Amino acid sequence: MKSPAISPTGVRFENIEKRYGALYALRRVSCEVAPAECVVFAGRNGSGKTTLLRVAAQLVRPTAGKLTFPRASSNGEVIAMRASFVAHATMVYDELSAKENLLLFARLQGTADPAKLVETLLDEVGLAVRSNSLVRTFSRGMRQRVAIARALLSKPSVLLLDEPATGLDPQGVAWLSGTLRRLRDAGCTILMSLHGESELSSVATRGIRLDSGSVIGDTRNGVSLHSILAFAEG
Amino acid sequence: MSLLSNTAVLLGKELRTEFRSRELLTTTIVFILMIVVLFSFTFDPTADESRRFGPGLLWMAFLFAASLMLQPCFLREQTNDTLSALRLSVSDPFAIFLAKLCANTLFLALTELLLLPVFGVLYNVPLLPVLPQLALVLLLGSLGLSVTGTTLSAISAQARMRELLLPLLLLPLLAPLLIASTEATAALLDRNPTLRWDWLAFLIAFDVVFLTAVWLFGEYLLEE
Repeated sequence: MKSPAISPTGVRFENIEKRYGALYALRRVSCEVAPAECVVFAGRNGSGKTTLLRVAAQLVRPTAGKLTFPRASSNGEVIAMRASFVAHATMVYDELSAKENLLLFARLQGTADPAKLVETLLDEVGLAVRSNSLVRTFSRGMRQRVAIARALLSKPSVLLLDEPATGLDPQGVAWLSGTLRRLRDAGCTILMSLHGESELSSVATRGIRLDSGSVIGDTRNGVSLHSILAFAEG
Repeated sequence: MSLLSNTAVLLGKELRTEFRSRELLTTTIVFILMIVVLFSFTFDPTADESRRFGPGLLWMAFLFAASLMLQPCFLREQTNDTLSALRLSVSDPFAIFLAKLCANTLFLALTELLLLPVFGVLYNVPLLPVLPQLALVLLLGSLGLSVTGTTLSAISAQARMRELLLPLLLLPLLAPLLIASTEATAALLDRNPTLRWDWLAFLIAFDVVFLTAVWLFGEYLLEE
């Protein structure tokens, strides 16, 4: 796929807090992700990775704190925008075919020439042959490919991925790794959660460790990416 | 414009998924046909009794149909977290609600269309002479059922005990609508049929108030 024309945009979390009743999912998380950076969030189950990504996707309203998207080109000017998100769930309809799913979301996003874009993306994710098959007949890995294709429809300047390698075979992981690398090099800001080191972590330019909803480690502070990801495996 | 185009795209999706699976329509139609047929066999009403009790029975059947049909409309968006995907894709979240509302009203209208002739024959009530006026009452009543039911479906989908919550919230809230629709229908099925504008005005007011409330606060309904 050709690298899309991207307007580089960062992500700034300022004292983000998220509570579910008495439970703190996030505790005053502050960090700034620069445009075109690829940040890996690591941490044990329940450390707050998914909640942080859902806050960044603006699917979850933080209890306190502020989320902004500063633009690279204009002295930190903040813009209103929606990031693309690959969640743990596939976020596509089982009763629709892969092609119908992607066409649906492309039309909702007002994409120009949705049919052509969908065809290109289905070819890219290796589902061109099965494009008219219902998603419910797909394996988990194939569904994940459709999910990733859906997130790429809008040529995102900020891409959020929650454990994106789920269900993918080694070829799928290699393809995703290559795609993320191309997007990052084209100026797309990537935030993803990972469990341990993999081919995908090689795309990362920065790692952040979360524990009990707080940031407890950042490669910017001299911690190695390996130690952040190795912790997650433990 | 984007609200309307997004609604049209989403309505297309709703219709496609339902007509492909036919899960909701088939079960709902079979269920309310059974209600109407069983009531007819159980009470064996005369023509006068049918005119007196028929409208209430008809609207109770529509209410059961609505509570069956509306329950899964937001619930099935949770299976693969597709509601989040929709929220990320549309410029106005009201489009998601509006598309579901249009689809639900359409499905309910289709159910009523199939039920009416069966009701007319089994209860010996001539419906043809008052069909246009009856269609107006059905449309306003069904819209009220759909607006309220779709709203509560969005609320209850994220709650625990969601299967119980929808009927528990829906039935008391719809009591005024049920009374107005039944009274307006009863006046039409009377030996001297009349279109009761007072009840029609009530139905219009009910629909407008609920639609406006959802338009104003609908965004919060879809949040996690």
